[in-house]
Amino acid sequence: MNIILYIIRKEFKQIFRNKGMLPIIFILPVLQLVILSNAATYEIKNIQFGYVDADNSSTSRGLIEQFEASTYFNVSEKFPSDKEASQAMQEGAIDAYLNIPVHFERDLQKDKTKALGVIIDAIDGSAAGVINVYITQIIQHYNKTIVTDLVQVSDMAQQPDSIDSIPLFWYNQTLNYKTFMVPGILVLLVTMITLFLSGMNIVREKEIGTLEQINVTPIRKHHFIIGKLFPFWVLGMGLLTIGLILAKVIFNTPMLGNLGLLYAYTSVYILVILGMGLFISNFTDTQQQAMFIAWFFVVIFILMSGLFTPIESMPKWAQLLTEFNPIKYFVEIIRMVMLKGSGFTDIFPLAIKTLVYAIIMNGLAVWSYKKTS
Amino acid sequence: MKNKNVIEVENLSKLFGDFAAVNNISFQVKAGEIFGFLGANGAGKTTAMKMLIGISSPTSGKATVAGFDVYKEAESIKKNIGYMSQKFALYDDLTVKENITFFGGIYGLSKKQIDQKRCELVEELGLKEVTNSLVASLPLGWKQKLAFSVSLLHEPKIVFLDEPTGGVDPITRRQFWEMIYKAAHNGTTIFVTTHYMDEAEYCDRVSIMVNGKIEALDTPKKLKEHYKTDTMNDVFLKLARG
Repeated sequence: MNIILYIIRKEFKQIFRNKGMLPIIFILPVLQLVILSNAATYEIKNIQFGYVDADNSSTSRGLIEQFEASTYFNVSEKFPSDKEASQAMQEGAIDAYLNIPVHFERDLQKDKTKALGVIIDAIDGSAAGVINVYITQIIQHYNKTIVTDLVQVSDMAQQPDSIDSIPLFWYNQTLNYKTFMVPGILVLLVTMITLFLSGMNIVREKEIGTLEQINVTPIRKHHFIIGKLFPFWVLGMGLLTIGLILAKVIFNTPMLGNLGLLYAYTSVYILVILGMGLFISNFTDTQQQAMFIAWFFVVIFILMSGLFTPIESMPKWAQLLTEFNPIKYFVEIIRMVMLKGSGFTDIFPLAIKTLVYAIIMNGLAVWSYKKTS
Repeated sequence: MKNKNVIEVENLSKLFGDFAAVNNISFQVKAGEIFGFLGANGAGKTTAMKMLIGISSPTSGKATVAGFDVYKEAESIKKNIGYMSQKFALYDDLTVKENITFFGGIYGLSKKQIDQKRCELVEELGLKEVTNSLVASLPLGWKQKLAFSVSLLHEPKIVFLDEPTGGVDPITRRQFWEMIYKAAHNGTTIFVTTHYMDEAEYCDRVSIMVNGKIEALDTPKKLKEHYKTDTMNDVFLKLARG
């Protein structure tokens, strides 16, 4: 036990003495949390919107006014013809444009129906889908007002009452994207920093030759490993704390669930990551190699964690793979606990999986750490 | 006591693929001896030493160190030996005091023992002024002397020194050997590799390794007689050149 304390003390001294690493450990995560949470949003706003109005009637101008009134659209320009508009889209100046044909108003009044051309830049398919919904909503809404204008009051009585659905957004009433992103990005920071630091730490001792010196001492493997990893476990918990404070202070992220539960879960989760870091460092000889391998896994884990893209929309095989992704567990749990107020029984299945993962990872790490080659 | 073997090696080999880095070597080292382990670069000294200190498994052969088997009892060997590697292996980003405390600690010394050892050691090496300086700021010679003293902290039966004086000035080298003599005088067996032939003369016995084999093993005096030369340098050149 004493031996572990000697190692822990040494590690902490080295961490806090490393002037190059300290800012990376504490300041970068803060910056990333603040910047990423604000920037990583899927809300489609500021859509650059153009139009071709061949009709130039009061109805067509009224329609354009609807777009101008919307906060989602920046109506940029009126194009003389379809050719100029498509040219502008080619250049990336506009994201979508509306093509109002000649006799739009006349045909609408006469035939009660008229087609409108909507052209959307769909390089980002999901964004295009959202833009399409916005545009359709505006046109339909405008359509209703026109119908009301045109249809006689006597006819109105015969119209069936329209069916309106009233959506209720649970857990995030205002659909605030940051509420959704901040907990996830917090997971990312805790994971990245602890994985990189633990992965590179033992390799660094290999590089400078002190690991050999440790290996000729009678130190027990698990003493050494516990002593080595414990400081990074503390760092990880510290990062979570800093992140939670920032989430509350800057983003006012709701924290409905029990924070104690979140800490308890994180304490197990970090063990998974530390085990992984140690495992990587056992199979590498330089910090550079360790960094590349750690980076490889982190990128895959992040992209398949449900942090940026919903797991539900991944293909079946990819969904299966995410079952082995610890970041996914944590993202899910932190969102459940913070935003839904989930309790112990709700997170129990994932927590057990994490615990099993931690035991396997650390078992592998201790097994693969060899004092004798 | 003096004639008891503390290291016994019999037909020890280490293969890396087809290449025999250490090829069937046999020798004994007696308690309290200063044993010089010489050889050109790449002759297999470090590989052989690593097997004896329990951080590399031999391919074949037998070896015991301090009475423990290198295959099965490597961890028991480690309790009884000190080691100072070619690479400087204290922590540069810790102070002299912190290094001593750390290594004393992981060898399982009590706090009291560590404090006592540290005072002695700092006094002896004249490091009083720099106890709280980072080791990185010390000159190489001081670092090497410190590393040697740290390897003796837990009073090992045998200490293995892998080119301890590489890159160090002649005065410091001299002081270093005085330390080695002192440790040997206190009953510690010294197993040392070196490239300095004047240092070889200081050893009780030396072995000379060539291409993974031990080509000669005797006292410096007898070796010089046998090869009809005046210096160990010439003995070495004759052997190493084949």
